[in-house]
Amino acid sequence: MRGAAALGVGSALSTFAPLRAFAARPSQKVVVVTFGGGARDEETFAPDGQKNIPHLLNELIPRATFFTQVVNQGILGHYVATASLATGVYETFNNFATVAPEHPTIFEYFRKDLKRPATDAWVVAPSNGFNFLGESSFKSYGPNFGAGVILPKHLLAASISGSNPNYRNLLQDNYESPLYTPDLSGREFHLNQLDRILKLSVSDFTAHALTLSSADELSVYIAHQLMRELAPSLLWITLHDMDVAHSGCFSLYLEGIRRSDRLCAEIWNTIQTEPEYEGKTSMFILPDFGRDSDTDAGGNGFQHHRTGDALSRTTWMMALGPGIREGITVDRRIESIDLVPTLGALLGCSAQAAQGHPLPEVV
Amino acid sequence: MHPGDLKPNQFSSYPPQARQIALENLTLFRKLPEIMLSILLEEVIEYDWKFPAERKELENQLAYLNSLEPRALASLVAGFAKLRLSRSLDDGDWVKSPRDFVERLTADLWTTHQMESFRAAADQYQSSIGSSVRQEVPAIPRLGIVVVGQGVGEYSDALFQKLHPHGTYFRDVKPENGLNFLFDRLAKRAQQHPAPYAHWYVEGGHAIEMTAPGVTNVSYGGLEAPRKVLLGKMQSGISSGVGGPEALRSLLAQMRPEDLGFSKSPADAILNRFKVALLTEGSGTQIFSTTFAQWAAREVLRRAQPLTLLVRFAPRQRQRPINEMLSAMPTTLQTDPLGSLIDAEMGAYYTWLNQQRLIGAEHASFLVWFEDHSQALAIGPSIPRGTESSSSSDLSGILKLVG
Repeated sequence: MRGAAALGVGSALSTFAPLRAFAARPSQKVVVVTFGGGARDEETFAPDGQKNIPHLLNELIPRATFFTQVVNQGILGHYVATASLATGVYETFNNFATVAPEHPTIFEYFRKDLKRPATDAWVVAPSNGFNFLGESSFKSYGPNFGAGVILPKHLLAASISGSNPNYRNLLQDNYESPLYTPDLSGREFHLNQLDRILKLSVSDFTAHALTLSSADELSVYIAHQLMRELAPSLLWITLHDMDVAHSGCFSLYLEGIRRSDRLCAEIWNTIQTEPEYEGKTSMFILPDFGRDSDTDAGGNGFQHHRTGDALSRTTWMMALGPGIREGITVDRRIESIDLVPTLGALLGCSAQAAQGHPLPEVV
Repeated sequence: MHPGDLKPNQFSSYPPQARQIALENLTLFRKLPEIMLSILLEEVIEYDWKFPAERKELENQLAYLNSLEPRALASLVAGFAKLRLSRSLDDGDWVKSPRDFVERLTADLWTTHQMESFRAAADQYQSSIGSSVRQEVPAIPRLGIVVVGQGVGEYSDALFQKLHPHGTYFRDVKPENGLNFLFDRLAKRAQQHPAPYAHWYVEGGHAIEMTAPGVTNVSYGGLEAPRKVLLGKMQSGISSGVGGPEALRSLLAQMRPEDLGFSKSPADAILNRFKVALLTEGSGTQIFSTTFAQWAAREVLRRAQPLTLLVRFAPRQRQRPINEMLSAMPTTLQTDPLGSLIDAEMGAYYTWLNQQRLIGAEHASFLVWFEDHSQALAIGPSIPRGTESSSSSDLSGILKLVG
């Protein structure tokens, strides 16, 4: 990873950069893309893995400040880890519980501090528990300040339920327990989101879904629709396809990585072409954590992230956008909880309960 | 409850041989930290269904712990003693149900940020045990054989790249009679060095009929009936509101062989229990045949520590894209031979890694072959590393080189 990132880019850094928080423009927008699936160096930035990420490597890294060592010291479960990314605190709740984060999310800091409307912060996520990601249970924050959450597969399932015998299969997104499909809020709720928020008819939506091959493609389609209709200033997209690795099929895991690579480039291109986003949007891409190494006898290699070894805890992050230096590689160790304070500094809100630190290389 | 308060009658629900082991080691158990003891009891309670190699390992470990002076024992387990248990675990019966307790303990260690400390304690303990406890040297050097790529026609990408640095890549293998050569070698080794559960054949599809005595077989195809029963139970458990993924995992952990239609015969008990574990503990083993073959090979190596292992991968079912699921067309099960080859190639690498974790690794050999094709790779003490051979040979010739 380190070698790949350094290709053709300078790594000398000046650590001084004025805190842009004070200069945050009202029009500043942020898009965060997380991989709720974990990807290892071997299959991404290591020499053998680079063929799986041509877009990240050739199109995005040259435009980015790239952090090569992002360590997650928390619980390595996707929902709790993504919640930790969103709060800047290592959340400690049960990964499989349907609960809200205990600490304020970046969405709440953003909306409360900057008095932003509910339409200005959104989460697009796989359905495994992520329906609570938008807002915390923290006193003085919570429901009135959270982000709207859209679960694209539930939208789709609501659109076709009753007309298709396979609709429940669509909801199978928890690859650690392949038959489990969470029951969430009712069909009407999802159909209402489709119509009222996304301005999509059921028939148009299902017709488009018929052209897609994966849940992540559906998520990116929904995100694009959100960007066109509401142009939220803070948009959080969690991709999940690569977590199919839990099934033990290496080829499916690789397909998930290649798809995520392509979709990240698509999102970036959308940012560059949508007038509401062009020239004023920062984008952050990071896996929530890695996966177990091949050499740890306690695990089964790429399949899981259960050992807590260094490889499963260490991943990367790239930041792109106006004012963020391009072609820079940062090899110092940072933590995944540094994301929220960094976003707070960029957006001009105070992430007061977050335990991480703003990244001077970005802000 | 503190380990020092352990009473003999607390082991009354253990299977007979496990209970015997527990009672013989009660004095030792009373001196161990709760966390370590719960993990040890997770092994003890399964003693009756363990393979000979596992039993020997557990017996040797207990003998070693019993041989230590009190201060040395306390030092060895000090890392575990320092870990703090949450009060939420107080109601856990770690004697009667150590597995449930360890499951909750794992979650607690993550939540309380003690996983790193636990790993350090476990590594230190394992390292000390590894260097102090006598290890059983295999009667003959181990041999692992993996067959990949069944059903694949042309394939132009390089194969076995992760294994190549450790052995020789053969590019001109005559594929005729390839499987026969491999099965003959397995049968011959089983005949010449008979021992319970020492020679295995793991099949990702339907097993090829073998009459050779002394070869233990598990196959994905052969487990179709219990797999269907298991999937049905999982579905009905979910439908009845069993709870989330953790409750589902607990449901699986409680499965007994007879629940899935296996016989109750004591003669089959160990193997049937192993088959149930493959289906209930392995993620994806119920659905994807390549995952089943890889996980089965891993578990055979880890638990039975065989002298010979032959693994043959078969095409798994194809993962359906979202648009196909939406099309509402009747579902026909299709296979994905090419994806399965990629799965199996990684599976071969993992099988070699797992074989290398066993005693005698420096003398062990390994062969992987692209079925019905001309590519193979061999690893062994007398095989050059990181080289290629273009000389023409059949698998019999390569097996002779392997030893």
